[in-house]
Amino acid sequence: MTALASIDHLLVVPVLLPLATATVLLMLGEQRHTARAVVDVVSTLLGLGVAIALLVHVDTNGPTSAVYLPGNWPVPFGIVLALDRLAALMLVLAGAAGLASLLFSLARWHRAGVHFHPLFQLQLMGLNGAFLTGDLFNLFVFFEVLLAASYGLLLHGGGAARVRTSLHYISINLLASLLFLIGVALLYGVTGTLNMADMAERLPQVPAADRGLLHAGAAILAVAFLAKAGAWPLNAWLAPAYGAASAPVAGLFAILTKVGIYAVLRLWSLCFPDSAGASALYGADALVWGGMATLAFGAVGMLSSQQLGRLASFSVVATSGTLLAAIGFGRPALTAAALFYLASSTLAATAMYLLVELLERARQVETDPPVEVAAGPLPAFFDARSLAVVNLDDQETPLIGRAIPAALAFLGLAFAVGALVIAGLPPLSGFVGKVAMLSALLDGEGAVPGAGPTARWGLFALLIGSGLLSSIALMRVGIRQFWAPQDRPAPHLRIAECVPIGLLLGACMLLVVRGEPVLRYLRDAAESLHRPERYIESVRAAQPVVRMPETGR
Amino acid sequence: MEVVVSLAVGVLVASGVWLVLRPRTFQVLLGLSLLSYAVNLFIFSVGSLAIDKEPIVQAGRPADLLNYTDPIPQSLVLTAIVISFATTALYLVVLLALRGLTDSDHVDGEEERP
Repeated sequence: MTALASIDHLLVVPVLLPLATATVLLMLGEQRHTARAVVDVVSTLLGLGVAIALLVHVDTNGPTSAVYLPGNWPVPFGIVLALDRLAALMLVLAGAAGLASLLFSLARWHRAGVHFHPLFQLQLMGLNGAFLTGDLFNLFVFFEVLLAASYGLLLHGGGAARVRTSLHYISINLLASLLFLIGVALLYGVTGTLNMADMAERLPQVPAADRGLLHAGAAILAVAFLAKAGAWPLNAWLAPAYGAASAPVAGLFAILTKVGIYAVLRLWSLCFPDSAGASALYGADALVWGGMATLAFGAVGMLSSQQLGRLASFSVVATSGTLLAAIGFGRPALTAAALFYLASSTLAATAMYLLVELLERARQVETDPPVEVAAGPLPAFFDARSLAVVNLDDQETPLIGRAIPAALAFLGLAFAVGALVIAGLPPLSGFVGKVAMLSALLDGEGAVPGAGPTARWGLFALLIGSGLLSSIALMRVGIRQFWAPQDRPAPHLRIAECVPIGLLLGACMLLVVRGEPVLRYLRDAAESLHRPERYIESVRAAQPVVRMPETGR
Repeated sequence: MEVVVSLAVGVLVASGVWLVLRPRTFQVLLGLSLLSYAVNLFIFSVGSLAIDKEPIVQAGRPADLLNYTDPIPQSLVLTAIVISFATTALYLVVLLALRGLTDSDHVDGEEERP
């Protein structure tokens, strides 16, 4: 019980902290911008710190998952939060993407509409809850929390384009949520439980007559997740919605599609492992081929997009496709590589979405100088304060906001790094993830029924081909942004906008430098995903805390 | 009983899907509401339908599924109703905003060209 007292209570913090912060932020009122920003940043930093602490904890404490019983009810009846290596990784990624987007928004976006900060925190709460929960219906509730917050955030800033794409986004997600409910209800009807570990344990005992119903339920549930993950052909909503969102919101949304991927990976590996008898690896084919179709669609989409925002959205689609196809093979080595790719591409996609706005601003400066920068609806906010800490040149004039190449150099360098990661070119982290996937595809051990050599070589070719297509697309954009324009003034950047991009790209580089330990961690994560017995056991073994030992139970 | 509930779910889903595929925002909203009613009835029915077996434990009757109906689907329905209610209200706001911004109740904000 003493062990529970210390670290295990930390498990509920990623859910409670954003909730409490959102409440505080709501009570602070709309006028106190500085106070709101400070509270939000401190809480998000704290959340990222807790996520990292949980990751270190779960890494040092061996194979079992940490389990927390929020209602203190015994396991199959009460709800559970369960933390394993995958969940800890996703928490850290969500915290990192959240912190970067939040810092970026402080430059000006957070004042573009009401309730940005509370919605932002609720979004983080939904994300963290979805990663932590060990209960199918709670997963639905946290999905709804994060979706409801994302509806508000997508509308942030207003305008007809945002409202129009929001309408589509909300309709699609409401329909997907209804499918989610049907799937949950079917699975409950067949297995009689909502606890994911308990359900996985009971699945082999499902009578043959009910197996069709079980598979139908799982498939309907998967359709809901795949629609959220942006899998083809359920992803027509993604590029317009993400392209219309304001920059920090789009940066945070880069992790939203990964929630769909996470849910597929978690439930599929838990419910239909190799050892699941009649249902072993049910739907693997659909994941592999659907993922490959999504990857091809995303790569072609990147090539066809003219705007950088749409290009970044299609790169998110391509990432989803890569991940789904790699997961569908059901091999630990490939899953580990896919998780590495997930981490690097999430960070890079967030950085790219943030960069999009700065680059677009640079182009607006070029074509139409006064409107955007000076007389926009949102005048400069941070200039006055940030000047004090800005680098000064020889004439003691600040380097920011002047027509000197420093801002352009930063943009060019950041774009180059982000493009290298997204296209998967050496020497950055996208390359490491892709090479790990390719080498896992090359060793043919443990061939999966259905996903035979055709699928393996198909994915192999698609990974390389999509890398080529995305590097062409990104290079074209780079040439148009940086080389083609002549004699244009340098864009006006603020510190608050450059720092998060630098941090995200720095994190991508850290993933390369510390590649070995990260891959080792992810291999362990994938091993435990593909051997779900340990997860099931640790959830089943969780005991409620007995308050008064003398009375007993 | 099962036949009646299945028919109700089927009719609601059919009309809901038809309405969701219509081009006017209000039709889509009604379609989503009908679909959510259908899903709620469906969840209700997975806990096996029974008459006069409320899920409240009474003294003298053993607490098992022979004497009571399954309470879990009912609590799930309750949560689902609340969530779909809230999202419908939000959808209505976005619908009105789109109507105000584009002067059109088409889901794309503009009429289709013939």
